[in-house]
Amino acid sequence: MRLTRAARENVFVASLLFPGLFFIVAFVFYPIIYSIYLSLHRIVLGLPSLGRPFIGLDNYLRLLEDRVALHSMINTLVFVFTTTFFEILCGLLIALVINRQFKGRGIARAAILVPWAIPTVVSSQMWRFIFNDNYGMLNYIFFGYSTHSYAAWLAHPSTAFAAIVIADVWKTSSFAGLLILAGLQLIPDELYRAARIDGASPWQQFRRITLPLIKPALLIALLFRTIDAFRVFDLVFVMTQGGPADSTNVLQFYGYKKIFTEGLMGYGSTISVLVFVISLVVSLVYIKTVGTRLFQNG
Amino acid sequence: MKRTAFFTGVFIIVSLSLLPFLWFVNTSLKTPIEITSIPPVLLPSGTLASYRSAVEQYNLMHYVRNSIIVAGTTTVCTIMISIITGYAIARLRFKHKGLFMGSLLVVSMFPQISIAGPVWRILQQLGWLNSYQGLIIPYITLTLPLGVWILASFFKDLPPELEAAARIDGCSHFQTLFRIIVPLSAPGVFTAAILVFIYAWNEFFFALLIMTRQDFQTLPVGIALFQGQYTMPWGEIAAASTVSTLPLVLMVFIFQKRIISGLTSGAVKG
Repeated sequence: MRLTRAARENVFVASLLFPGLFFIVAFVFYPIIYSIYLSLHRIVLGLPSLGRPFIGLDNYLRLLEDRVALHSMINTLVFVFTTTFFEILCGLLIALVINRQFKGRGIARAAILVPWAIPTVVSSQMWRFIFNDNYGMLNYIFFGYSTHSYAAWLAHPSTAFAAIVIADVWKTSSFAGLLILAGLQLIPDELYRAARIDGASPWQQFRRITLPLIKPALLIALLFRTIDAFRVFDLVFVMTQGGPADSTNVLQFYGYKKIFTEGLMGYGSTISVLVFVISLVVSLVYIKTVGTRLFQNG
Repeated sequence: MKRTAFFTGVFIIVSLSLLPFLWFVNTSLKTPIEITSIPPVLLPSGTLASYRSAVEQYNLMHYVRNSIIVAGTTTVCTIMISIITGYAIARLRFKHKGLFMGSLLVVSMFPQISIAGPVWRILQQLGWLNSYQGLIIPYITLTLPLGVWILASFFKDLPPELEAAARIDGCSHFQTLFRIIVPLSAPGVFTAAILVFIYAWNEFFFALLIMTRQDFQTLPVGIALFQGQYTMPWGEIAAASTVSTLPLVLMVFIFQKRIISGLTSGAVKG
């Protein structure tokens, strides 16, 4: 039997979509639903004799009273806000400087990309070394030879938190900068020329031309960074292990600890679900604000 | 005056980007005494002792080999699947395309922990913990959105007359895709491949969960878990870090234009 043209077309489309769809469904959608299932049960890895009793929303009620979870949640939010703020600020500065024709621009751009390309584990070890309490570069820059004043940056709650923020801002500002730069390059030169003829100062040009026109690029950078900062894990694992006194504990790290170190598959899954719901909301905001533009010509 | 200020700005930005890492490279070329000395030694003795020790005592080449296998295989598989998925999105009509693209986008945004437990269980049941495929399969899934996104926006820019002409010449759908479209998209395929490779080379979270046995661990896991008996083996950590980062730095300097276009495609161009 010969298939009709339309049927052949459909078979073709289906065969193209099948592999990608298979991976996404089997290793993302199914696991998300499975996480919800796990979060409604008491499951302890290493104690299979307990079985896996259904306990309804008990795990969620327990989560509400879990002080460390609350603490991690607050830490995560503070981390997301501070890093995103500084990354957009530094990114904007980088973009404004690089958005010019000059000799060696290519090399400068590549140099700025280096922090982005470095594995996060490597940059975390690197910063951990710089923050070292006995022979770290930072202590030497601040205190020189007076080694008795050397600070153990990663051993105090507020400085440890600042340290992971600095390490993150260093690593990801360049990415924000590139996104903003792409926006800057869309602004036609004539606008600035006309503004100069009208006697606008550089600040006025920035305020009235640059800023409004790069708003979409800023927004995209903002959302990208928010979503990515929410996933912070490597930095915390390498630099602080969530300490001291949970001051750098974040949701991803806490969930990892509960599930894989303590083996609390059921309870840990409530954190997975919580994180999933929060990031879904952020992603939907993202798709609503910038996504529509992407789908229009699709 | 203005020129000086401008170049000072460029100089500061470039130094801040490069110096911390160069300091770590510098550390990898020092003796243990130089590493811990105050004031810090700016010019290292240039010894390769840390590299030798990283290879001999910490099995550095083992991690390098695992990383090459995992990141290389992931790149090849992801690109093959991204080509066909991206082509369908760019050129073909099908129901719920918006939903499909939306879910792709969302997949790339989830924190890993939201799927980590179940993925671990699935791999455990398959007996794939501590195996290359056990890590490659999650990596394919996580890098697919990136590959599809870059390739779809590349395919969209090709003139549609190409396919029409190929069809008239009697090419089948698959022939058109693989004989006409893919060769013309070589730059896009290459860009996507670089970004996917860097992602897989750097990924830590799943590698940590899935590879609990040292002989399967990748470079990031090794570097995170290096432990000395009495002191931190900073020389070895810095040496392994340099080895794992140097290929990426070279790629960045050679392909910076492509990398930047890949990172900003979709995001800005739409």
